[in-house]
Amino acid sequence: MSKTGNDADATETDPNAAENPADAPILGGGGPTVTAERPLEVEGLRKSFGGITAVDGASFHVEGGTLTGLIGPNGAGKSTTFNLITGMLSPDEGTVAFNDEDITGMEPHAIANKGLVRTFQIARELEDMTVLENMMLAPKGQRGEKLWRSVTPGVRDDVIAQEEELLERVWDVLEFFDIDHIADEYAGNLSGGQRKLLEMARALLTDPDMLLLDEPFAGVNPSLEKRLLKHIHGLKEQGYTFLLVEHDMDLIMENCEHVIVLHQGRILTEGTPADIKSNEEVIEAYLGGNV
Amino acid sequence: MSVREDLGNRMPGGDAGLIVAVLVVLYVAYVLAGVGLGYSLRGQLNTVAVLTFYIGAFAMLALALNLHWGYTGLFNIGIVGFMAIGIYVMALVSKPLYQSGGAAQVGGLGLPIVVGIVAGMVAAALLGLVVALPALRLRADYLAIVTIAMSEIVRFSFLSGEFQRFTLFGRRVGFGGGSGLILDFTDPLQAFFETFGLWNAYLGFVDAFGAIVPTNPKPVVDGLVYGLVLLLFVAAYYWLLKRTGESPFGRVLKAIREDEDVANSLGKDTNQFKIKSFMLGCALMGLAGILWFMTQGAVTPNTFRPRITFFVWIALIIGGAGSNTGSVLGGAVFAAVLYQGPRYFKNLVDAALPSFNAPSSFGPAVAPLLSNLNPAPLFYYTVDSIRQLQLVLMGLVLIWLMHNRPEGMLGHRKETAAGIPLTSPRTRTAATDGSTGGDEGGRPTDAEGGEGGERDE
Ligand SMILES: Nc1ncnc2c1ncn2[C@@H]1O[C@H](COP(=O)(O)OP(=O)(O)O)[C@@H](O)[C@H]1O
Ligand SMILES: [Mg+2]
Repeated sequence: MSKTGNDADATETDPNAAENPADAPILGGGGPTVTAERPLEVEGLRKSFGGITAVDGASFHVEGGTLTGLIGPNGAGKSTTFNLITGMLSPDEGTVAFNDEDITGMEPHAIANKGLVRTFQIARELEDMTVLENMMLAPKGQRGEKLWRSVTPGVRDDVIAQEEELLERVWDVLEFFDIDHIADEYAGNLSGGQRKLLEMARALLTDPDMLLLDEPFAGVNPSLEKRLLKHIHGLKEQGYTFLLVEHDMDLIMENCEHVIVLHQGRILTEGTPADIKSNEEVIEAYLGGNV
Repeated sequence: MSVREDLGNRMPGGDAGLIVAVLVVLYVAYVLAGVGLGYSLRGQLNTVAVLTFYIGAFAMLALALNLHWGYTGLFNIGIVGFMAIGIYVMALVSKPLYQSGGAAQVGGLGLPIVVGIVAGMVAAALLGLVVALPALRLRADYLAIVTIAMSEIVRFSFLSGEFQRFTLFGRRVGFGGGSGLILDFTDPLQAFFETFGLWNAYLGFVDAFGAIVPTNPKPVVDGLVYGLVLLLFVAAYYWLLKRTGESPFGRVLKAIREDEDVANSLGKDTNQFKIKSFMLGCALMGLAGILWFMTQGAVTPNTFRPRITFFVWIALIIGGAGSNTGSVLGGAVFAAVLYQGPRYFKNLVDAALPSFNAPSSFGPAVAPLLSNLNPAPLFYYTVDSIRQLQLVLMGLVLIWLMHNRPEGMLGHRKETAAGIPLTSPRTRTAATDGSTGGDEGGRPTDAEGGEGGERDE
């Protein structure tokens, strides 16, 4: 009922995504159908900044429909890994594959349009835009993103009609995240926690298959953290895949089925939370590093 | 949540009302000053025509710049280059064919004025593309450097002997070099009215106007009507840019201005959007250059110095970047107060004190003030140098604005980037669970959405 298995060769603007926004998998629907068993495969990723090697030959993969944790002390290279995966940085060496397609070195927007969407460690809201404007930005395949459609009399009616549909859908998501009461607020006026919610909600509106969340709980109060986690679990049930960066060990251990440990740009180990907990190297890395 | 309480909402007629009110104030001030000094009706009408001309020109330019800077965050400080390209290409296309023995050193392609205008706009847009392609991929400040360099390169190119005269499609054409280019195409106003078959009606109107201005009414009417035409163009710019801004396209532009990386990681090809926005703005600047200069009889490259670019920036800053209404107001206030104001003031003083003799330099101007506390020579000197002081005045206004009104006349004012008003689409209360939103079939599991209603406290 939702997506068919052609995500891998989806074009940049996926008209279906916008044609039937009501079919969006966010609330209720069946969620994304991930074609690949391992939607994300990272192979030998390396990146240096001058003398610092931030990521040093990291290889790992993420299983479809899971919540996978990526942990490591500060400076381990987690954010850099995200930047390499999502095209914000290009790797010195190594490859990234998403849904069995090599996406190494692609532009961030191309990668996002394939269904791999990230959030930022420091929430990056579009501050002078309202919450609703932030949200309306995200959906793919908006006809009015073509300038001529937006200005040509007559043709613009189509754009307006789609805006109405989008607003409905956006409102659903706002309600789902319980931030509909701040819909008209400028994003710059939100609290840290509200920004995190907005950022995740916005990312979801792009119809991703997989979300990369960079420390979504940093600066979020415990009750909001619980709520966010519940949303994440709910979305996972719908078929979304998550890769979650977090340096709170306990949180990762309680919520992820698979954990990857990064240390000084390399994969130290990976496994189930139980495996990781009992791994002495991990304990050492954490105690030796800067937790 | 009352983020949009501002002047525009309190004005009857909203933004349009606000613009009209400001224009009325400016015109009334000019007319009253003229009346107080006993200007003839002809003089008054000419003053109004000139004022309207510059209000129109600066409003158009500020609107175009607002698309670049206010919406997209593109720091274009080469505006005058796009204006120059516009008028020069328009002249190249629309000037009549070369005839030996004529006044003009070079001819054009002899095509209709409309064709020339479109060609000028396209040329400005293409120049924008050439400038933008390398610069947009780099950091924001590179665009600034590239645009200002481009505008000077354009000026020097038109100055150079290379392009003074050349052959295009077998025609003897050129840009005239430093001595300028005669714009010997049909009077644009005439062309405009002939397009609609109204030229004779217009001439009849001019004759009728003779009742008000008996001797030679045509230049007066021409000036007034051309001013009106410019205001029509301002309205068209406003309409176009409002639709551009209030759309998904405009939303992406706004997002780029705020944080390009975010827009990019949400799947927007930001370079595409920036290039389109830049080219559209450049085309509009080209058109503004055409409309400004095509009635001037001739153009010389040195008219297109960077100061015009800075004037447009001041106009935009006065009005407040990010708002189309603000851009129009900023253009109008800049034209009336800072651009025409000092010149008009000098004329007033000249008329009021016809016999004054301004000292020729600063020394003689201040000496009387120091020796016998006579401020008059300094005052005369100041008024006499008003054109130079104009820039100082603009600088002072700019500094004052930065300190007191950094967001422009209208204060913090952002027009919503959406094609529809962004208010809750819920017409009925969503209090009852289960039936939230989607009434279309195919979503039987909607009840899961009930999660949104729960709260962990
Ligand atoms: N743009 C950059 N320029 C230079 N050094 C960087 C840059 N980004 C990250 N680094 C360095 O790379 C290392 C890894 O950083 P990061 O990926 O942010 O770690 P983490 O997210 O795991 O805390 C750090 O030493 C950091 O200082
Ligand atoms: Mg980090």
